[in-house]
Amino acid sequence: MNNIAPKLSAKEYEKNFSELKPALTPIAAMAEANRCLYCFDSSCMTACPTHIDISTFIKKITSGNMKGSAKTILSSNWIALTCAKACPVDVLCEGACVYNDKGEKPIQIGKLQRHVMDWYVEKGMPALITPAQKNGKSVGIIGAGPSGLACGAELSLMGYDVTIYDANKKPGGLDTHGIAPYKMKQQDSLNEVKMIQKLGVKIKSNVLVGKDLSIEELEEMHDAIFIGTGLPKPTDLMISEKGIKGVYDALEFVKDVTARKWKNVNVGKRVAVIGAGNTAIDAATEAKRLGADEVYMIYRRGREQMSAYDFEFELAKSDGIKFYFHSQPKRIIGKNKVEALECIKMRIVNGKLKPIPKSEFKIPVDMIIKAVGQNIDESFLLKIPKLKLKDGTVIVNQKTYQTKNPKYFAGGDCINGGKEVVNAAYDGKQAAHGIDQWIFAKNTK
Amino acid sequence: MVDLSINCGGIKSPNPFWLASAPPTNSGYQICKAFEAGWGGAVWKTIGAPVMNVVNRYGAIDYNGQKIIGLNNIELISDRSIEINLKEIAETKRLWPDRAVVASLMVESDRQIWHDIVKRTIDAGADGIELNYGCPHGMSERGMGSAVGQVPEYCSMITEWVTEVSTIPVLVKLTPNITDIRFPGRAAKKGGAHGIALINTINTIIGVNLDTFEIEPSRGGKGGHGGYAGPAVKPIALHMVSEIARDPEINLPISGIGGISNWRDALEFILLGASSVQVCTAAMHYGFRIVEDMNEGLTNWMDEKGFTSLDQVRGKALPNVSTFGDMNLLYKDVARIDEKKCIQCNLCYIACEDTAHQCIDLLSKKDKKQPTVRESDCVGCRLCYIVCPVQDCITMVHKDNGNESKTWNELTKELPQPMSLEDLRAFQHKHGIEIH
Ligand SMILES: Cc1cc2nc3c(=O)[nH]c(=O)nc-3n(C[C@H](O)[C@H](O)[C@H](O)COP(=O)(O)OP(=O)(O)OC[C@H]3O[C@@H](n4cnc5c(N)ncnc54)[C@H](O)[C@@H]3O)c2cc1C
Repeated sequence: MNNIAPKLSAKEYEKNFSELKPALTPIAAMAEANRCLYCFDSSCMTACPTHIDISTFIKKITSGNMKGSAKTILSSNWIALTCAKACPVDVLCEGACVYNDKGEKPIQIGKLQRHVMDWYVEKGMPALITPAQKNGKSVGIIGAGPSGLACGAELSLMGYDVTIYDANKKPGGLDTHGIAPYKMKQQDSLNEVKMIQKLGVKIKSNVLVGKDLSIEELEEMHDAIFIGTGLPKPTDLMISEKGIKGVYDALEFVKDVTARKWKNVNVGKRVAVIGAGNTAIDAATEAKRLGADEVYMIYRRGREQMSAYDFEFELAKSDGIKFYFHSQPKRIIGKNKVEALECIKMRIVNGKLKPIPKSEFKIPVDMIIKAVGQNIDESFLLKIPKLKLKDGTVIVNQKTYQTKNPKYFAGGDCINGGKEVVNAAYDGKQAAHGIDQWIFAKNTK
Repeated sequence: MVDLSINCGGIKSPNPFWLASAPPTNSGYQICKAFEAGWGGAVWKTIGAPVMNVVNRYGAIDYNGQKIIGLNNIELISDRSIEINLKEIAETKRLWPDRAVVASLMVESDRQIWHDIVKRTIDAGADGIELNYGCPHGMSERGMGSAVGQVPEYCSMITEWVTEVSTIPVLVKLTPNITDIRFPGRAAKKGGAHGIALINTINTIIGVNLDTFEIEPSRGGKGGHGGYAGPAVKPIALHMVSEIARDPEINLPISGIGGISNWRDALEFILLGASSVQVCTAAMHYGFRIVEDMNEGLTNWMDEKGFTSLDQVRGKALPNVSTFGDMNLLYKDVARIDEKKCIQCNLCYIACEDTAHQCIDLLSKKDKKQPTVRESDCVGCRLCYIVCPVQDCITMVHKDNGNESKTWNELTKELPQPMSLEDLRAFQHKHGIEIH
């Protein structure tokens, strides 16, 4: 990089990456829990993709039944700790809280769930549900992200022997390597992984299925297989960057930041982030908090079309990120290192996005972060016989999560094209039941 | 493994949580739904004399944004026929043989009529009978309910009419609208009761409308007293339960009732001697689902404390119920304010300054005023501790060395009687206690 932003002091890093939403004190948690109306068949429960019985877990906080509260949460969602800290609650449970209709502040459901899950971790994550007897069947799971972990946890309690294979050294998928550090600590995700291992789920790290372990070997060992591989391939920008240093993929960059190894992450003084989704916002915000002087976000379309949530956009704005809307990157300028990003202005003509002729402009930058989306690993997935893909996702039955190859089930980002942790958690749990039904039906035939 | 099962005077249930005889137990449909949710037992809505209800039966007190801290009602006993109720008892018992189904009864004060209904109840298959001597409205005017509970002689007479024919356990449910609860309790014992259930509701007027001058809730302009239940009555109930539990003349199993909203409340009743507990208002506020947390919370608590059965827990707090005369006059606690936690709301200061013993000073510290206890003057009344909104900010700190003890009962024996103020002052002075 041409101009690397000077390193911050350890204190500054901790301050910049401290939690945006700190924990409630026990008293505040109790007061907030007591404010909950304990609605029946509650709208927050419906809004939660995993349908946690929210008002019940909150009611249990008020009676001091923390263990019961944790059980209520976990019996719907195995990834509840990460979800408590990383879920977009404004558009999910808290957005649906009936207090909004009363013109009052919604219950801080995310923080209350965190209050319970922090307690649970602190207590050493005691067993809450008695597992069924071992049934002698084995399931292999590709990917230790939230979908794979949830699927494994549920299957393990049902009596299955479960092994998860993950290409990474540290399990947890994007929960471990993607979620912005000011939302949660990597250790939170690793604790969640530990909890799931305590249920009997085995995790084999550093195993890239398709390379270190073949599909045939996997099929040999397991009665069914769950695919929770997420979106490991970055989208190509279609502009040449060959031989120019200072161009990064968002996930690559974010992964180093979540590890909180500040000394290892270099950030340019001026950074351009290409894209405008939640990942792009995370990357931009993280770059700024690492000490970049200027961070720009470059997006082809306008504010209205941005897929990032409002609160993410607001966070970026308050961090001083500058936005170039209706601007398309055209060329990276620089000899060996990035010097500038050339963009062209865009407009809509007859409903189509078109460049405005001769509207090119240059933004001098030292670093470019590409955050224009992630994709499934088609070359890997197509090794699985009969598996069908469509629009960059794996096709599954909406109820059973079974793929076109009956032995394979799938869930998470690889079937929805990239949503939230909570969706992956739900998919994994539901898929476990799909797998169970299929294996059970096969054996009773 | 924790076992929550109980036996209350011969009535057994898999957990101590029963629904009290009230609107939640009006029908077999409701009770079966409650059992589905996990309730251990239910006392059927009182069956008996024909009645007719009015509308706007319930009134409630909300306090600082919390709904229903107290609920008052003038609903009468079941307005369904005895036949239908008994038929549904039989059906419910068939579907739920392991749960306690207790029939609450209230008929005219006539021995034959009582004999008749008791026999029919037994034939229906109820596990036990609860005698409603509590209803403070509507029925009492007709010589039933609290009209019985308030007169010990009636209480033992009717109980006797029931127990002389009953082959199943009989609980007597007492009214708290009486000066000393032990008298009707003893009367029930005399009549052969197998257990005591308490408390029924308390006479109350819930409020007055400032615009119409009507009594709340108004029934076409008219209102009046009703029976009060809900969280607000719990302390009254706890006291009365402890009185019954400690009375050596009574010595009967207890079904505790009054403001129980969660497992913690229930546990307090059990610690004071209750075998089963009954819940009404909390179920009316939130539905039968509350029992999940009750069963789970109690189990988890027992697990944590290392108890396996409620027999090990029941009555554990009773030895600590004492009377004033047996408390140590030389035991000394003073209030202490943790300045790190203090938010300078100064509520402790003004409470002490205006209404207690003027021993908290507002000391200027930097740009703040810090309430500080003058410990030498603190009488340890605990008012500041109670008004403080911050948890663990004010604590009562133990000050004496624990070597000296003198109770009022001991003191009155030692000092010349009648006790003079001078003698008492001399005793206080000797122990460093100065009255300002
Ligand atoms: C930067 C970023 C920030 C995000 N922030 C949030 C947020 O704040 N809140 C939120 O709810 N969601 C957030 N998300 C989305 C969320 O992380 C995903 O929706 C979720 O992690 C998807 O879970 P998954 O199980 O499908 O896949 P992943 O979490 O992606 O896990 C897939 C796992 O599969 C492994 N894998 C892939 N292929 C193979 C193979 N062939 N062999 C072995 N292992 C393989 C990978 O190593 C990885 O560990 C964010 C995403 C990103 C990229």
